Amino acid sequence: MVIEIEKPSSVRLSKVAISKTHGEDSPYFAGWKAYDENPYDEVHNQSGVIQMGLAENQVSFDLLEKYLEEHHEASSWGKGAPGFRENALFQDYHGLKSFRQAMANFMEQIRGGKVKFDPDRIVLTAGATAANELLTFILADPGDALLVPTPYYPGFDRDLRWRTGVKIVPIHCNSSNNFQITPQALEAAYQSAESMDLKVRGILITNPSNPLGSAIQSSILNDILDFAVHKNIHLVSDEIYSGSTFSPSEFVSIAEILRNRNYKDAERVHIVYSLSKDLGLPGFRVGTIYSYNDDVVTTARRMSSFTLISSQTQHLLACMLSNHEFTQNYIKTNRERLNKRYDMIIQGLKKAGIECLKGNAGLFCWMNLSPLLNEPTRQGELELWNIILNQVKLNISPGSSCHCSEPGWFRVCFANMSEQTLRVALQRIHKFMEQRKVCSVNR
Amino acid sequence: MTQTRYYRTRSPEPEKEKTGGGGGTAMRVIVPLQGVVQGRGGLVLGSIIPCALFYFLQFYLKRNRDDPDDKNESNSTSQNPTTRSPSSEHLTELPGLTRSLSRALLSPRNSGPVSISARVSGIVKGGDSPYYMGLKRVKEDPYDELDNPNGVIQLGLAENKLSLDLVKDWLAENAREAILGNGKELSVSGIAPYQPFDGLMEFKVAVAGFMSQVMENAVSFNPSQMVLTAGATPAIEILSFCLADTGNAFLVPTPYYPGFDRDVKWRTGVEIIHVPCRSAENFHLSIAALDRSFNQAKKRGLKVRGVIISNPSNPVGNLLNRETLYSLLDFAREKNIHIISNEILAGSTHGNEEFVSMAEIVDQEDTDRKRVHIVYGLSKDLSLPGFRVGVIYTFNEDVLAAARKLSRFSATSAPTQCLLISMLSDTKFVRTFITTNRERLQRMYVQLVAGLEKMGIKSIKSSGGFYCWADMSGFISSYSEKGEVELWDKLLNIGKVNVTPGSCCHCIEPGWFRFCFATLTEKDIPVVMERIQKVLKPVN
Repeated sequence: MVIEIEKPSSVRLSKVAISKTHGEDSPYFAGWKAYDENPYDEVHNQSGVIQMGLAENQVSFDLLEKYLEEHHEASSWGKGAPGFRENALFQDYHGLKSFRQAMANFMEQIRGGKVKFDPDRIVLTAGATAANELLTFILADPGDALLVPTPYYPGFDRDLRWRTGVKIVPIHCNSSNNFQITPQALEAAYQSAESMDLKVRGILITNPSNPLGSAIQSSILNDILDFAVHKNIHLVSDEIYSGSTFSPSEFVSIAEILRNRNYKDAERVHIVYSLSKDLGLPGFRVGTIYSYNDDVVTTARRMSSFTLISSQTQHLLACMLSNHEFTQNYIKTNRERLNKRYDMIIQGLKKAGIECLKGNAGLFCWMNLSPLLNEPTRQGELELWNIILNQVKLNISPGSSCHCSEPGWFRVCFANMSEQTLRVALQRIHKFMEQRKVCSVNR
Repeated sequence: MTQTRYYRTRSPEPEKEKTGGGGGTAMRVIVPLQGVVQGRGGLVLGSIIPCALFYFLQFYLKRNRDDPDDKNESNSTSQNPTTRSPSSEHLTELPGLTRSLSRALLSPRNSGPVSISARVSGIVKGGDSPYYMGLKRVKEDPYDELDNPNGVIQLGLAENKLSLDLVKDWLAENAREAILGNGKELSVSGIAPYQPFDGLMEFKVAVAGFMSQVMENAVSFNPSQMVLTAGATPAIEILSFCLADTGNAFLVPTPYYPGFDRDVKWRTGVEIIHVPCRSAENFHLSIAALDRSFNQAKKRGLKVRGVIISNPSNPVGNLLNRETLYSLLDFAREKNIHIISNEILAGSTHGNEEFVSMAEIVDQEDTDRKRVHIVYGLSKDLSLPGFRVGVIYTFNEDVLAAARKLSRFSATSAPTQCLLISMLSDTKFVRTFITTNRERLQRMYVQLVAGLEKMGIKSIKSSGGFYCWADMSGFISSYSEKGEVELWDKLLNIGKVNVTPGSCCHCIEPGWFRFCFATLTEKDIPVVMERIQKVLKPVN
């Protein structure tokens, strides 16, 4: 006699919990796993995987350390610390006024003083990841769409879509014009959304661009804003790399475009910023939304309850960013060092016979390996990526994970390592290219 | 004392639309038509029926017209009429047709200002509840013994300032080293780069240890089962996202913390079903009431995914005993649903009652561990709401995996974690703090309750939290929410004390108020009593 043992039905999770929209199964993240299992170390593991897939800025840590050493009040807490108030231990979603003021000043400095930012329009979030998701919740309903130019930061698939239920419709850009956004591409994307019965609520651009590593020209910014006005939709400008341009004159913020138009049509524009890239402090979890729309500011502030910045962190950074001497020096020095790194990697790649897109900002370069592909397809790109990861032992990001419409492009980060490590990476690439030349000659 | 009471039924049904003025326009159509029809008897039937149908159609459409608030077209952001948003669950409406029809009658549609999502436009327009209005008044006119003796005294904020001096002293001596040095050389590279979004392991270990300590070591917590978040607020929201789909529901005993409406429902589209607790049972949770609410939900076609309890509870301040927790687990097992146990005040118990964590209940009962999830945080027990440290503690691997990924949107700050690792590892400090804090809470609680009692205001015995839940129904002009809010208003604007009316917490019985005492000093108590007395006298 068979006795049926009834298994207790396991309690179910939600669709959000089990969905794959977090995107963490893509090659972008798989490469990180390979790195985690076998990380390069200058001394202890010289044959390990070098991480070139993480856009982190470690070139200016010493400047931060020097500041903290000389300014005890930033990390101190107590009667001696100037600006410390009992209320600093508490919190309301407006955030510390002194910190918002300091952020506004810092953002102004980065833009060479060409525009002013009102601290009361700054909403604080725990990182730009949260800021982008929050804006999406506010500007679009489930099932609506945002237009995003390709190639784009792989994290957007998760940040803009996962919990919000909003869709991304790509604005296709290609190498024929250095991946710049054109009015035709904008219109094509909009039509594509309409044909899928999707309501477009806004455009999200990253300026300077990730993964391209270049700033968007002001004429194009004007085109994009005109398009947004014409379609009566929002424009989100993620300017997280604005302080990482190699020269101050190269970057034009959407805020400047608005100022030139006397802030007409400003209520549809929202800027995202963070200290994770420019200041190299991703661990601190500091992001902001700057909106010219009062309703968005009010709502974002209330919604920021889910993602507030630690008041202790705000206090520390308020001290640091209010120090004009420090910020001026930091911005200038950081730019120079990034520029130097960029030159180093471009030259190194050139010597190995590899071309890159001309860049002027960011923590990475956009490398063209399309001549090396077995076949000009996504498959071909992934095969090449696999070889680079497992044989050359470099983790770089394949363009397909950034939704690039042309196969063969890769994003290579250069600021998250020492100069020595970068040299090792370039040597490996050089060796790899040499070997391929030999192989193709022998065929 | 027994009073004949009717229990106001706070129906969870959506509010009905106002029907005022509905018939007027219809009559303006019918009367002239009657003039036409009367003279032609043969056409009566042929005319009256379509007229009647037209009349009823008009009446039906008017009943389902937009909320009067929407009439403010110039201020409001225009909504897509066919979008149904989760946040507008209080409006009964026919999908699509009616809204656009009535809007066309009101004003022609053109492009207008750029719109924001339907799910938040309600928030933008929405009026402020007494909870927020009271906080605002205190901010504008805060009481100070010396500088502003006529200001508003804060009894509406569940924050604990009683033991802040201990925390401040520790920080003054140790903060700098803790953030940057931790015994080692000054280093930014330890705190600056990307860290695991769900918290540093070292910090999880410290928090697990602290949780154990505050719960008197009755249970030990495994750091690998923790996800740290920027406060308990996102912890609750993340769990809501993980355990329920849009349109599903959680059962929550009332009265409950007003913030749940935002944390559980706002962005998730999940509903809350009220499970009323009553003064006759000292507002203790009854499994029978849970069962009733579960069945009612089922009849309405709502899928219940879990129960959210707070232990110690807010606003009542009572504890759930071992027996109830076991019964709750049985209930959850029977219905195959989750339990979220919000234990954020576990370290703020005072008095003699035993606190039992849900973790203790499932420790022994293996099979049901997957359905239990605990929320904790350092905002209440350690008086550090500004630092944003919340905890999701779960035995369910799948929830853990999902929550870890979602914590990226609400991660704790690295320097703060380093600071707190030091603080929580200072076992002497922690022990002193927990004990002293409990003593001070108890002392303040006793004084407040005694003061209220002298005025004939009884409260429910509380063993945890920063407040007492008091019955002022004898002092309200009408036994209704209206009467309760009137009294709240008098207390705020005449008495200059900010307290929280029970309606904000969805209490089913009018007249109950929450008095928070942990933002007061002992000297404030007599002042508070005097002011309350001033307000109460005239009514009697």
